[in-house]
Amino acid sequence: MSAIGTPMKRREDPRLLTGEAKYVDDIQVPGQLWMGMVRATVAHATIAAIDTSAAEAMDGVFAVYTGADLQEMGLWGAPLPCAWVVTPDMANPAHYPTAVDEVHHLGEIVAVVLADSRYRAADAAEAVVVDYAELAAVPNLDAAMAGAAVAHSSLSTNHAYHWPLVPDPDALEAAFANAAHTVTAEFVQQRLIPAAMEPRGVLAVPSPYGGDITLYSSTQVPHILKVMVAATTGISEAKIRVVAPSVGGGFGAKLNINPDEMLAVALAHRLGRPVRWTESRTEAAGSTHQGRGQHQRIELAADAGGKLLGCRVHIDADMGAYMMLITPGVPLLGSFLYTGVYDVPAFGFTCDGWFTNLTPTDAYRGAGRPEASYAIERAMDLLAAEVGVGPDEIRRRNFLGGGDRFENLTVASTLVFDSGHYGPNLDRALELADYDGLRAEQQRRRAAGEPVQLGIGLCTYVEICGLAPSRALGGLNYGAGGWEHAVVRMLPTGKVEVVSGSTPHGQGHETTWSQIVADKLGIDPADVTVLHSDTAISPLGLDTYGSRSLAVGGVAISMACDKVVDKAKVIAAHLMEANVDDLVFENGAFSVAGTPAASTPIQAVAFAAFTAHNLPDGVEPNLQEQVTFDPPNFAFPFGTHVAVVEVDTETGGVRLVGYTAVDDCGTQINPLIVEGQVHGGIVQGVAQALWEGVHYDEDGIIKNPSLMDYLVPSAAEVPSIRTDSTVTPSTSNPLGVKGVGEAGTIGSAAAVMNAICDALSPFGIADLPMPASPQTVWRAVESARATTGGAS
Amino acid sequence: MIPAPFDLVTADSAEAAVAALVEHGDDAKLLAGGHSLLPLMKLRLAAPAVLVDIGRLRDRSFVRDDGAHVTVGALTRHRDLETSPVLAEHAPLLAAVAAQIGDPAVRHRGTIGGSLAHGDPASDLPAAVLALGAVLVAVGPGGSREIPAEDFFHGFMDTALHADEMLTEIRIPKTAGAGWSFQKFNRRAQDWAIVGAAIQLGPTPRVALINMDMQPLRASATESAVAGGASPAEAAAVAAEGCSPPEDLNADAAYRRHLAQVMVRRGLVEAAGRSAASGQSTVT
Ligand SMILES: Cc1cc2nc3c(=O)[nH]c(=O)nc-3n(C[C@H](O)[C@H](O)[C@H](O)COP(=O)(O)OP(=O)(O)OC[C@H]3O[C@@H](n4cnc5c(N)ncnc54)[C@H](O)[C@@H]3O)c2cc1C
Repeated sequence: MSAIGTPMKRREDPRLLTGEAKYVDDIQVPGQLWMGMVRATVAHATIAAIDTSAAEAMDGVFAVYTGADLQEMGLWGAPLPCAWVVTPDMANPAHYPTAVDEVHHLGEIVAVVLADSRYRAADAAEAVVVDYAELAAVPNLDAAMAGAAVAHSSLSTNHAYHWPLVPDPDALEAAFANAAHTVTAEFVQQRLIPAAMEPRGVLAVPSPYGGDITLYSSTQVPHILKVMVAATTGISEAKIRVVAPSVGGGFGAKLNINPDEMLAVALAHRLGRPVRWTESRTEAAGSTHQGRGQHQRIELAADAGGKLLGCRVHIDADMGAYMMLITPGVPLLGSFLYTGVYDVPAFGFTCDGWFTNLTPTDAYRGAGRPEASYAIERAMDLLAAEVGVGPDEIRRRNFLGGGDRFENLTVASTLVFDSGHYGPNLDRALELADYDGLRAEQQRRRAAGEPVQLGIGLCTYVEICGLAPSRALGGLNYGAGGWEHAVVRMLPTGKVEVVSGSTPHGQGHETTWSQIVADKLGIDPADVTVLHSDTAISPLGLDTYGSRSLAVGGVAISMACDKVVDKAKVIAAHLMEANVDDLVFENGAFSVAGTPAASTPIQAVAFAAFTAHNLPDGVEPNLQEQVTFDPPNFAFPFGTHVAVVEVDTETGGVRLVGYTAVDDCGTQINPLIVEGQVHGGIVQGVAQALWEGVHYDEDGIIKNPSLMDYLVPSAAEVPSIRTDSTVTPSTSNPLGVKGVGEAGTIGSAAAVMNAICDALSPFGIADLPMPASPQTVWRAVESARATTGGAS
Repeated sequence: MIPAPFDLVTADSAEAAVAALVEHGDDAKLLAGGHSLLPLMKLRLAAPAVLVDIGRLRDRSFVRDDGAHVTVGALTRHRDLETSPVLAEHAPLLAAVAAQIGDPAVRHRGTIGGSLAHGDPASDLPAAVLALGAVLVAVGPGGSREIPAEDFFHGFMDTALHADEMLTEIRIPKTAGAGWSFQKFNRRAQDWAIVGAAIQLGPTPRVALINMDMQPLRASATESAVAGGASPAEAAAVAAEGCSPPEDLNADAAYRRHLAQVMVRRGLVEAAGRSAASGQSTVT
């Protein structure tokens, strides 16, 4: 029986669900010191004075260091890294773990307390008195662009970079000049707090001898972290071990190189004592990077029949106060997707990055692609209205390849889409959602003038994942490659150890990898153990983000299995006194083609490889192979989402009452895990549409830092999600797999907003800002009623 | 999310709790379910030096049929109100309100006494006791006293309780099948109401509003209109009269006034329907 394609239950879940899993905060070591952070309570100020005397006098306090103290101690080898310098002239003000003279955002660290308990560290941090001389703050993108205040005194402007992607400017001009229909729309991608279930945490344990240090971190990127710890602290990379124990979600927020983490390592190394810190929820609002933060303008040009001629996009992107690891590149990750699943002959994209006095932005589930798919999918609905056809019809008229299956198709943004088959995917989603029935019910409510109206929203998204071909990353000035590393070794007893370079933080790598290996080696998945997330065990890897684990790391494992089988075959042929070319490998055993009865199981070969008593000349003992896979292209998953909302026109309340998702992530290894990723992803995008958003005041202070006011949805807010899939294998890797970790988020915000605007179209409401809070919706309905006399 | 230091005293009776309050004065706070007090402490918005834990006073957790009224112990958890057969029969509004509080974890910890004593205008149970015309019983160093619900709420998180008093029970007149409704408008199931309305019809129809002022309060203009035979729409139109609604990220004052009207209208319609179903006339 094939393990690939089987909806196996996740082997990780029993330990996660019973509380057996160990997170960073569960690891306690003797002699540890807790860090308590003194964080900026203002967004922009010079530090006039810091009084640490009261804190230093408190029981259990080991030391209090200001940013200036730490600078003097020479703790830093380099500022915190930005790995994606998108243009040669990009502004990149130095970002050290602690502010010294000037603070640039709420939550920036100005001093750190070390104490013998978490509580005492918090008490002492509160006792540190900081005297700020406030400077004019840049509290949002508009202010950044207006430029009345500048976010960094060291800079003369808030402008960070300009990045154009306009393959053929003349063609673009012509497209708009010749258009029968044009649509221009502006959208705001509000800032989001990633809010992983487990907050960030760190424990740095120095060894008493030799200067080695072990860093336990709630991170998505142990391998990248190791390199960056070395760069930032100057500690020799060879002396650093990074361990990511169980990690309770990341969504991008745990792929960064954070000030607090660097403080823990540098202080532990310097003091020779373990140093730890666990973020609190309200602390996280200002100290962990946020997602989105863009103003978008999209223009579409179409012919009389609604066939797209051109697409022009401009983004203003809020960097926040500093360039963190990939801050400037996040908006650009979306640049290639603004034409969506559509055949658009002419395309142009420009992006300006701007500094504000807000917490830095960086990757958050989807990173640039949800923004892109939101803009094009909302704009397509506006175009449908302009042309006078339904949202399904406008999409069909424009699908790449006419909605038929294609492979390796070059699109206007210059990328080559690996594979797609959009027509049947849309058909299936509409059928599953009972689209016609929904439209009939919508008509009934409209005709009856019911207070609670129905809205139906489509989103046909495509996304770019499987990061990434190293050369392509190099072309984008990204500071690293995109390969992934894997080792597969058969142990003497025939069991298998897999060493994975990609690092799970909730995705179920252990289950999926064991299914791949089981099929490839013809063994029981239960015989496969997956080792990961510890640089001492898995020294090579580029970790988990950008829906890359399976499409890069899983493929590396599959290829390593192939190499194991190849070597085993040589040994088996020797043992069986047969010709290698005559051997076939089936169901975990080698036999001469045509005589399956006389077979040698691969476990027996593994034992023979271990004893090495009788190996062919030139063959090394043991069955262990490694592969570093660098994909030739990205993968482009796609899908159709159909959201159904009820909008209460009396209260403005929006209820998501139905959701259908038909996703295509190519070949599926574990459909149950795919479904889980789709569910979670969808809800995260729905959250942006309906609930989440950071509120800053005019001084750059967060008004909703706690989960009481920052509205992360729960299961109670979400209807049962109907899922199905189509399967169009990728051409970018031998398994035919694409990624699915972010797809749900990339499709869902647009689907929901399209549904809300659809419900309210009789009121003449074409667009609403996210999140579509009840007050926002009610206001829009009220003003529509006032100006038009109302639709119902 | 880390509270300031405090001492913990565990009380084994209401009298012991009151004695501890007397001993420690203003530095002390009762701790019941902890689901309002502990969040404030974790945000360091409250920092009592002494917590007097009354959460273990099991004998103060009950719902009892006392003839003309139902008596509820102050330490009764929301979940026990929600599932009480006595309330389902004699004061279904209270059970329905309790069922809408927070999420299951909150309902298994939070107590009615804590919710009322906290005096938060955004909380649900204060509106329920106002609509039901309940009487609250408190003990202090000088013995116990009765406080009608309508005299209990004084201002933002300010009640008639003295610092050294503890709520012990709540007496609720039986509603004899009269219609009722609870309308709660929020964004997520677990949230406090942006605006809510608790309505109990009967000889004295009462309409109480949630989050419409600095304190839980009754919509007196609506109540008069209902008593005078106005339609639900007419009575609801004056629901926000005299209110000074708070403003926050979810709603400004104008929107809250509007929501109050919608909630009260829908509630009056639903309550009237329930009255009719149980053979009661709409108003009396
Ligand atoms: C996530 C979350 C969601 C919530 N959602 C809602 C909601 O939707 N609606 C809602 O109404 N509430 C909500 N709550 C609040 C919840 O109902 C609380 O449990 C309740 O408000 C307080 O009850 P408690 O027993 O926890 O009181 P505690 O927190 O223990 O105490 C609250 C205050 O009352 C005092 N006190 C407690 N008992 C007594 C007594 N017997 N006599 C005198 N003083 C006393 C305490 O000293 C303290 O000042 C929510 C809470 C949370 C954490």
